[in-house]
Amino acid sequence: MNFLEYAWNIFPILLKGALVSIELTLLAISIGLLLGIPLSLGRVYGNKFIYTCTTIYVEAFRGTPVLTQLFILYFGFPSIGIMFPPFTAAVIGLGLNSAAYQAEYFRGAIQAIKGGQMLAARSIGMNTIKSIRYVVLPQMFRLVIPSWSNELILLLKASSIAYMIQVPELVSVGRQIASRNFRTFEIFLIIALIYFIIVEILNKVLHLMERKIKIPGL
Amino acid sequence: MNPKKLIQEFERTFLKMTHTILKVENLHKSYGKIEVIKGINFELKKGETKVIIGPSGTGKSTLLRCINQLDSIDKGQIWLEDIEITQSHADINQIRASIGFVFQSFNLFAHLTALDNVRIGPLRVKEMKEKEATKIAVEELKRVGLEDKKDHYPAQLSGGQQQRVSIARALSMNPKLILFDEPTSALDPELIGEVLEVMINLAKEGTTMIVVTHEMGFACSVANDIIFMDGGIILEEGPPEQIFKNPKHNRTAKFLSKITQLEGDKTK
Amino acid sequence: MEEKLIDKLLLIGKSIPSLLIGALISIELALAFLGLGFVAGIPLAVGEVYGNKFVRNLVVLPIVEFFRSIPALVLLFLFYFGASYLKLNFSPFIAALLAMGFRSAAYQSQIFRGAIQSIDVGQMLAARSIGMSKFKAIRYIIFPQALRISIPSWSNEYATVLKDTSLVYALGITELMRQGRYIVARTFGNAILVYVVCALIYFVIVHLGVKLLDFLEEKYRLPGYESKKIDTRI
Repeated sequence: MNFLEYAWNIFPILLKGALVSIELTLLAISIGLLLGIPLSLGRVYGNKFIYTCTTIYVEAFRGTPVLTQLFILYFGFPSIGIMFPPFTAAVIGLGLNSAAYQAEYFRGAIQAIKGGQMLAARSIGMNTIKSIRYVVLPQMFRLVIPSWSNELILLLKASSIAYMIQVPELVSVGRQIASRNFRTFEIFLIIALIYFIIVEILNKVLHLMERKIKIPGL
Repeated sequence: MNPKKLIQEFERTFLKMTHTILKVENLHKSYGKIEVIKGINFELKKGETKVIIGPSGTGKSTLLRCINQLDSIDKGQIWLEDIEITQSHADINQIRASIGFVFQSFNLFAHLTALDNVRIGPLRVKEMKEKEATKIAVEELKRVGLEDKKDHYPAQLSGGQQQRVSIARALSMNPKLILFDEPTSALDPELIGEVLEVMINLAKEGTTMIVVTHEMGFACSVANDIIFMDGGIILEEGPPEQIFKNPKHNRTAKFLSKITQLEGDKTK
Repeated sequence: MEEKLIDKLLLIGKSIPSLLIGALISIELALAFLGLGFVAGIPLAVGEVYGNKFVRNLVVLPIVEFFRSIPALVLLFLFYFGASYLKLNFSPFIAALLAMGFRSAAYQSQIFRGAIQSIDVGQMLAARSIGMSKFKAIRYIIFPQALRISIPSWSNEYATVLKDTSLVYALGITELMRQGRYIVARTFGNAILVYVVCALIYFVIVHLGVKLLDFLEEKYRLPGYESKKIDTRI
């Protein structure tokens, strides 16, 4: 079988793996979002204690490899009695990791909002919570879009690391097929192509969306 | 020999004999569809100081940049001494090394000290030995009065000092002529004087220069010739007394009166 | 209970040396990847900024896009299995070096490109005006400034590459993670403790490196220059 025929044959199987990768990515980025926003608020507005705790979290996850974090969850936790199935461990690991990076993007966006905005909110009588909710957050969400889109793509690529803890995503499926017929290089060529196409499409789509929601001056 | 070559040979000899450093012939330049320089002709002799004045946006700076080919030319010829520098096979880098250029925004090399800024031309372009290059650099810095600042970085110098260093940088290459593109326009008023002083001294020492400027006092005191440019052509050319006291064209007179209105009459 | 804790701590104590050896390998790998990335990244950046349309669109941009859109793990496997497919004799180390090195080159080229483009256009004009050729201008004027401007973003790249060395675990290379794995296997020990120690070691190496780069940035900073961190991964 030549390369193209072969590619055509295994494509559906690889697609199943790709779907797992995408599922993993979407779940992880949602966790990252839900956790990242409070983390960033803690780092910008929190008192000394909150600031220290959130900083430790962010530094720990950003200063260590994803692989190590996944190993700790999947291979490490069982030794203290907690066993995560592979997919769950991957979602938790990638999610917590993404939260740390997203926290930094949100923090950067908040700090980029001009100081006068907060002052103006206060001057019409808003308390801190209201100022954050009605003035800071809406602007932050718009400012953070480029970094956030980038995080989505990074996460998609990082999902390949879940192969190492036996999650049946794209790379894993690829190696499974390869173990039967040893055409490993060609399989990975196709896998690379699949990632390339998905990333390029995502990039274009996200840029388009960015342009549509743009507010002049923000 | 064919007639064309004969004429060229004659021109070259003529230029050499009359110590003509620069000859600009029928220069045209357009930016896209807009023609900025519409046929300029002039000559510059050794030791002469020519000052170009005129309303903004009429192509004065562009003209200067065309001479040392930082901007491309659409039509026309330029001769540097006896070499036609607009020929396609001319060595552009060698030509630029013989023409000094002083920018309005100084453009000192930000990562080098004043000494290194002045030294880098002789060192890296002319490939001199370090001792020689340093000697030249220190001399030129002395000449502009900044020898004591030689180890300072551009960001640590005032605007006037930066511009003087950039003049030293141009001088260190021992050029045949120096082009000044509005050298004091980006300076705070109290710093203009120190730069003009250096330029006046250079003119008195016989440096061949073309200066685009709005400083009429300077033009009056050192220019051998003043060119009034408007709308991409030379409207008038002549010695300062003629241009300032008896301008031939209406527009020249109008322009001069506007300037003296704004800055007071420095020609007195 | 107390016995077990002391046992565990002793176990960890005994394994530190082999972990440190693994860490050393990780550092070596990181330096090799960054080195190749630097050497290959500069021509890519120069080509992208100063090259003609052909060079930019048909050579530089495809290379950069390729290495940036494909996950590091996939790149590693691609080079590793590609070697045997093309009947070349590569050790896993060479495969990793090529894959991760060129990947870093793609990212570093973007750092340098950003730095070069942030340099005021007057610098190039001034260099040309004293007769420097384009090559000399780039070498003596643009480059020294671009490298200084790049240092903050480059320290980001250092951190990323160091963390990514963990991935060469997949090719069987004995760096820090694999050493950790061996220790867990040999001692049936507390996997979580071992891997947390590995994480700590990475953390320390990353931060020491970043501190060193910060120090270099201070040392070579030009008065009047403000540094901007460019996020390569965007």
